[in-house]
Amino acid sequence: MIKVSLRAMNKLGRIDMPARDPLERAACFDEVNIGLTPEQATVEAMRCLQCKTPTCIDGCPVNIQIDQFIERVAHGDIRGAGDIIRMDSLLPAICGRVCPQESQCEGTCVLDKKHKPIAIGHLERYVADTVRRYGLEPAPDPVPPSGKSVAIVGSGPAGLACAADLAKEGHRVRVFEALHQPGGVLIYGIPEFRLPKDIVAAEIDGLKELGVEFEMNAIIGRTTTVEELLTEEGFDAIFVGVGAGLPRFLGVDGENLIGVYSANEFLTRVNLMGAYREDTETPVLDLTGRRVVVFGGGNTAMDSARTPLRLGAEEVRVAYRRTEAEMPARDEEIEHAKEEGIIFDFLVSPVELLGNDEGWLTGVRFQRMELGEPDDSGRRRPVPIEGDIFDLQADVVIVAIGNSPNPLLPATESRLEQTRWGTLAVDETTGRTTMPAVFAGGDIVTGGATVILAMGAGRIAAASINEYLETGVWDEAPAEFEPAGV
Amino acid sequence: MYLILEAESIAPDVRRIVVEAPKIAKKHQAGQFVIVRVTPNGERIPLTIAAADADAGSITLFVQAIGRTTTLINELETGDCLVDVAGPLGHASEIKQYGTAVVVGGGVGTAIAYPIALALADAGNRVIAIIGGRTKEYVLLENELSTHGIEVLPCTDDGSYGRKGFVTEALVDVIADEEIGVVFAIGPIPMMSAVAEVTRESGIETVASLNPIMVDGTGMCGGCRVEVGGETKFACVDGPEFDAHQVDFKLLQRRNTSYRAFEADQLNDLRSLDAEHHEQVLAPVRGACAREEAS
Ligand SMILES: Cc1cc2nc3c(=O)[nH]c(=O)nc-3n(C[C@H](O)[C@H](O)[C@H](O)COP(=O)(O)OP(=O)(O)OC[C@H]3O[C@@H](n4cnc5c(N)ncnc54)[C@H](O)[C@@H]3O)c2cc1C
Ligand SMILES: Cc1cc2nc3c(=O)[nH]c(=O)nc-3n(C[C@H](O)[C@H](O)[C@H](O)COP(=O)(O)OP(=O)(O)OC[C@H]3O[C@@H](n4cnc5c(N)ncnc54)[C@H](O)[C@@H]3O)c2cc1C
Ligand code: SF4
Ligand code: SF4
Ligand code: FES
Repeated sequence: MIKVSLRAMNKLGRIDMPARDPLERAACFDEVNIGLTPEQATVEAMRCLQCKTPTCIDGCPVNIQIDQFIERVAHGDIRGAGDIIRMDSLLPAICGRVCPQESQCEGTCVLDKKHKPIAIGHLERYVADTVRRYGLEPAPDPVPPSGKSVAIVGSGPAGLACAADLAKEGHRVRVFEALHQPGGVLIYGIPEFRLPKDIVAAEIDGLKELGVEFEMNAIIGRTTTVEELLTEEGFDAIFVGVGAGLPRFLGVDGENLIGVYSANEFLTRVNLMGAYREDTETPVLDLTGRRVVVFGGGNTAMDSARTPLRLGAEEVRVAYRRTEAEMPARDEEIEHAKEEGIIFDFLVSPVELLGNDEGWLTGVRFQRMELGEPDDSGRRRPVPIEGDIFDLQADVVIVAIGNSPNPLLPATESRLEQTRWGTLAVDETTGRTTMPAVFAGGDIVTGGATVILAMGAGRIAAASINEYLETGVWDEAPAEFEPAGV
Repeated sequence: MYLILEAESIAPDVRRIVVEAPKIAKKHQAGQFVIVRVTPNGERIPLTIAAADADAGSITLFVQAIGRTTTLINELETGDCLVDVAGPLGHASEIKQYGTAVVVGGGVGTAIAYPIALALADAGNRVIAIIGGRTKEYVLLENELSTHGIEVLPCTDDGSYGRKGFVTEALVDVIADEEIGVVFAIGPIPMMSAVAEVTRESGIETVASLNPIMVDGTGMCGGCRVEVGGETKFACVDGPEFDAHQVDFKLLQRRNTSYRAFEADQLNDLRSLDAEHHEQVLAPVRGACAREEAS
């Protein structure tokens, strides 16, 4: 390694991710972040202190050996770096892009306090993209077929990760997906400009090469039931990763006016159905010159705000009922949104949606809020300021206040117990549900969470499915399940 | 890809299409629908399963061409394919002992009502089907319904066949004649709304099958929101059938116009294509299943 004094290095500070110009990118769906150059990656990697006890690893939900992979990057050994990441993460090109690094790995990097933390996410992405571009990934070792088969329900990150690990053990794996294209939120929710779809497609192609089968248009609970997968179709085990796909609405007057979308509907029309492309047939309301207001403060809200800009909207505002400090969205998304010209209205809460005689949305009536006492989650609760009400004009509203667990599958199998939040009850350490041979993980268990947690849950379940398939032992479920977060 | 086993015209702009979909055929219950995509870049649209043959592994759809997607489906022939067919979706109709049940079908709504009428008859109900069309050729499935012991009352707007006038007029007479346990209304929104008004006062249980614009059909997008009794419901998972006396038909009618201008452009674009380019749109699904298997 080239010897450079750390102090000198850290004077340089963190290497900024090169990004497309805000004006240029807000008019197209090309990926905003361009990616580090090899030189930038090397310099950023050299900034890492190679701590004796790397605190960054504790911040990563799947405990990637961050110090080790970064050390390889500093030496230009990208293949080696990829091998290290792959031990713990199956979707580095995706997680490097969408993990909330500031509250995970980078948030626990020792450099977080004094200097800027190492750009772990950007480096992870760099490694994953480079490995793919130059085909540096080792071919998987051929394994003899185990004679066992597993059905995976849902093709989001939880299902894909579970499928990968099980296929590598020689099990026959078949993924059942309700929509016509696999990928879950990675395909229908997160937009192209943040996560290019060919990256997701490449992951899925990789799984197909491993022998994983995909069956689209298969709504488990309707087309085939969970029970039938075990009996008639003869699967030995099932992993349920159906996500949190039920959009929440506010329940205020006017929410069914034309022009009011759930984030899911809006993003699905644009991303899955390609409404922004000339050659597709699915409509989305014409946003040219329109005013759009988005309700919410998470990643979904940021995606719902930045997408209309790219469809020609004149003005896009994000209305959030707390302050910027409480926004759950990734820092980078908030920053990018601001650069692109999104306007933020904090401490406001919609109380009514206003419409015209033809049933089209014309505006939003807001209640101004202030922060009161902390709630259970420790965040200060927004409380209305009596009488402080105002109206804002809007042509389109996108409701992005969160999703609930998808109830379709749980509702069709009474042996799958649910928590009072509608999530599936599972034993967290094994992913076992209350129904023998059925495992679950991802957002259907945690409620809307993150890609990395869903991937991690898929892998935990894969390990215990594997054990179950080997031993055939299904321990009686613990009497009382603790729901894993909400 | 889903192979089209049969395709034929049964009325102007209405075709009957039998598609290979064994899993759906096995599961289908009257009142349920599928989401279909015709071409690889096409829309997802809901279509009712009019009949299902579990042994043959096929389902029957009746499609009325009103926009681009339905126009394209209706240009397909035996041996062509649909890229996606997903289902069966929605709740099944509530089939029980009602005594006498009236099924009111308007236009292609008759096709949607068809499996419900049959299921009601099979369950031992006396079934009267009031089926309407603009003119004689738009009166669908009269023979198919009659052969199941169903009393069929055809109506046409112009009197070219059956009774002259709207289906609601025939319904008023039927109600005057005998005790009716339930009315199922399926057809254009104004028709369903009018039927609900006819039965509102007498309080006869009336069910409407709603047809909002849908995307996924699985409860994921909320685009199919309707209001029933002042409450918001997702028609694809909570319906599609609801208590007609509680439905806000005006809202449904309005929401269905959301994309009118876009849809009109889409259809015009299709119509303005010359024969060769028009055919290119369907090329990916022409005889596609055969090719897929051969390769
Ligand atoms: C707009 C948006 C932006 C986000 N941004 C980020 C981000 O930047 N970073 C981050 O970490 N996380 C982000 N998230 C959250 C993250 O995407 C989810 O936590 C993650 O995708 C959950 O994975 P999953 O596999 O559990 O479920 P999903 O990704 O939801 O996949 C579930 C799949 O199951 C299918 N399915 C459902 N029911 C059935 C059934 N009955 N039969 C068959 N298939 C079924 C669904 O169609 C879907 O494809 C975002 C979420 C959204 C909506
Ligand atoms: C549960 C359900 C079951 C259905 N079953 C059948 C069926 O068995 N056979 C059949 O022919 N049709 C059925 N429909 C209606 C069918 O889905 C629509 O006709 C189709 O989506 C129109 O697509 P398009 O692209 O051809 O027309 P578009 O171009 O989308 O629409 C053309 C015109 O029709 C209006 N429109 C849009 N969507 C609908 C709708 N859902 N219903 C009525 N008008 C609409 C538009 O405002 C526009 O003016 C059903 C709808 C639902 C919700
Ligand atoms: S997976 Fe996410 S949390 Fe873990 S190191 Fe990578 S970016 Fe950080
Ligand atoms: S904590 Fe930061 S500096 Fe230390 S090893 Fe991890 S990334 Fe490097
Ligand atoms: S069509 Fe999307 S929720 Fe009903």
